[in-house]
Amino acid sequence: MIEFFFFLFAAMAVLSAIFMVTQVNPVASVLYLVVTFFSLSGLFVILDAHFIAAVQIIVYAGAIMVLFLFVIMLLNLGSTQPSDLRRGLGRVLAGSVAVALVAIFARLLMAGGDVEGLGGSSALDPLLESSGAVAAVAEPLFTRYLVAFEITSILLVVAIVGAVVLARRRAP
Amino acid sequence: MTEISGGPFVIATILKVLVFFTLLILSIALGTYVERRLAAFIQDRSGPNRVGPIGLLQVAADGLKNLLKEETWPSAAYKGFFLLAPAMALIPGTILFAVIPFASPAPTRWGYVDMIVADVPIGVLYILAIASLGVYGVVMAGWSSGSKYAFLGGLRGSAQMVSYEVGLSLSLVPVLMLAGDVRVPEIVTLQQHYPGDATTLGVWLVAPLLVGTFLFYLTGLAETNRLPFDLPEAEAELVGGYHTEYSSMKFAAFMMGEYGHLITTAMLVTVFFFGGWDIPFWSGDNIRVTADGSLIGEPAWWKTLLTLLAFMVKAGLVFATFIWVRWTLPRFRYDQLMDLGWKFIIEFVTVYIVVIAVAIYVLDRAGLEFGPAYAAALLGVNVILAVLVFFLFDRGRLIRGAGREAEREARRRMLDARRQVRQQALARALGEEAALAATADDSSEEGE
Repeated sequence: MIEFFFFLFAAMAVLSAIFMVTQVNPVASVLYLVVTFFSLSGLFVILDAHFIAAVQIIVYAGAIMVLFLFVIMLLNLGSTQPSDLRRGLGRVLAGSVAVALVAIFARLLMAGGDVEGLGGSSALDPLLESSGAVAAVAEPLFTRYLVAFEITSILLVVAIVGAVVLARRRAP
Repeated sequence: MTEISGGPFVIATILKVLVFFTLLILSIALGTYVERRLAAFIQDRSGPNRVGPIGLLQVAADGLKNLLKEETWPSAAYKGFFLLAPAMALIPGTILFAVIPFASPAPTRWGYVDMIVADVPIGVLYILAIASLGVYGVVMAGWSSGSKYAFLGGLRGSAQMVSYEVGLSLSLVPVLMLAGDVRVPEIVTLQQHYPGDATTLGVWLVAPLLVGTFLFYLTGLAETNRLPFDLPEAEAELVGGYHTEYSSMKFAAFMMGEYGHLITTAMLVTVFFFGGWDIPFWSGDNIRVTADGSLIGEPAWWKTLLTLLAFMVKAGLVFATFIWVRWTLPRFRYDQLMDLGWKFIIEFVTVYIVVIAVAIYVLDRAGLEFGPAYAAALLGVNVILAVLVFFLFDRGRLIRGAGREAEREARRRMLDARRQVRQQALARALGEEAALAATADDSSEEGE
């Protein structure tokens, strides 16, 4: 059952990612990317990482992709866009990188790559049992990694203030 | 009694989904009817009362009408997205109910059945995640219609929903701080009885988190694009807003999504602040399902039905207040709405979280368990905060008619423009005079 859902979500993620790249309409690309995020979120649920699954949707699908959609619509890029890969060299480079990636993954698969925790029994279980899906993430975040967490939030505030300052400079 | 498992679990889950989804769709249909009747009552009219007994079949007539109407396809529309948008508006509003507990667990031969479709460990986060997707339908509809009015409505709607989502999420933080868990049933349990003793009568979180309730209600109204925050539709300015170009069932899908969202919001207000399916002043319904699936209390079928009734009555009353608000308050202006969201609600919610966190810390340090004294102390903090904010700080500074500056600015611009026109007129007049004088001079010169 779990394996079925794993392959379902994995196939959805890969296929929608391919569609995302190949679409000529940017809005369609955004929607396919949203589908990818949903599939990834499903994979996280299978891995018992419920919190990450929720955050994936709240942050990426609910906030960032809406922003993308906003920008695309405000600039009215809705019509067809020319492909970025028109020149011969670019195509050759992209193709070879893709082939190399597939080869690497195939090698890993041949070497007996096994996904741990897919069968249901994972090292996370006792932690999830004792502290719940959110506390398991929150506790280390606010104790062991507090400094890193605070620095990240300061970075975000700086980015926001910087964006406002840059936007205001143009105004008369 | 153990939780239902195996084959009976699958059947029970399918039954639950079918029953609750049907109930939701029925209440959406009934919601439109109740809205029209209540609106009529408030405006001293009769409302729909012709089709069926007291007009109850009006909903079916409306549905039939929508089905039989002609589907229009605007020539400027992006076809695929145009078709996709109503579905994207309908789905988030109708799948949120999956994590809402409707009633106390029901006992069966195979174990008890928890009356919640999916008791996921991230309940509240699931709600926030799905709620944040509601904006796609609005944006897509506005953009794909290929119409200026629809586009303006879509932009307004999405900006509003994105802005108020922050306040909505933050206003739930005090609830989570008190519950100490994001599972929705835990929040209901917290309101049923005080921790430690299942025979006590709990306090609904509306008392210890009075201001939080108000903020959640307010941002919930804004999220669902209801009056006084229905700027995306604003029929006087935008014809119909983001769904201007839609007709027949596609339009009906938007309406169903809107009412689904509204009913879900009413249910969320009930669950988070008004005890969920808890029956007030009765400790017989204190039944708790813990995270690992064990059951505390005595479930019974009649209790399940009674608690379901209590839940529906409470959610229905909250829904009725939405309609009441709609016909009581006038619409905000767009800049006022944005000012209220970004310059007041977000700051106020943040301060509120800090105040409640400090209060909880102090009370915990004083060795108090969550109980009557604890709740009373929090209520005191809330009342003080509310009085401070709404009566002391509100001297036209914090919660002013939020567009006062914009008004002043517009007035200044108008005066400037007038002055300019006057000066130009004066200059022109002077110029003409000078020209006249010049020609007079010329002619006099010629005459000589």
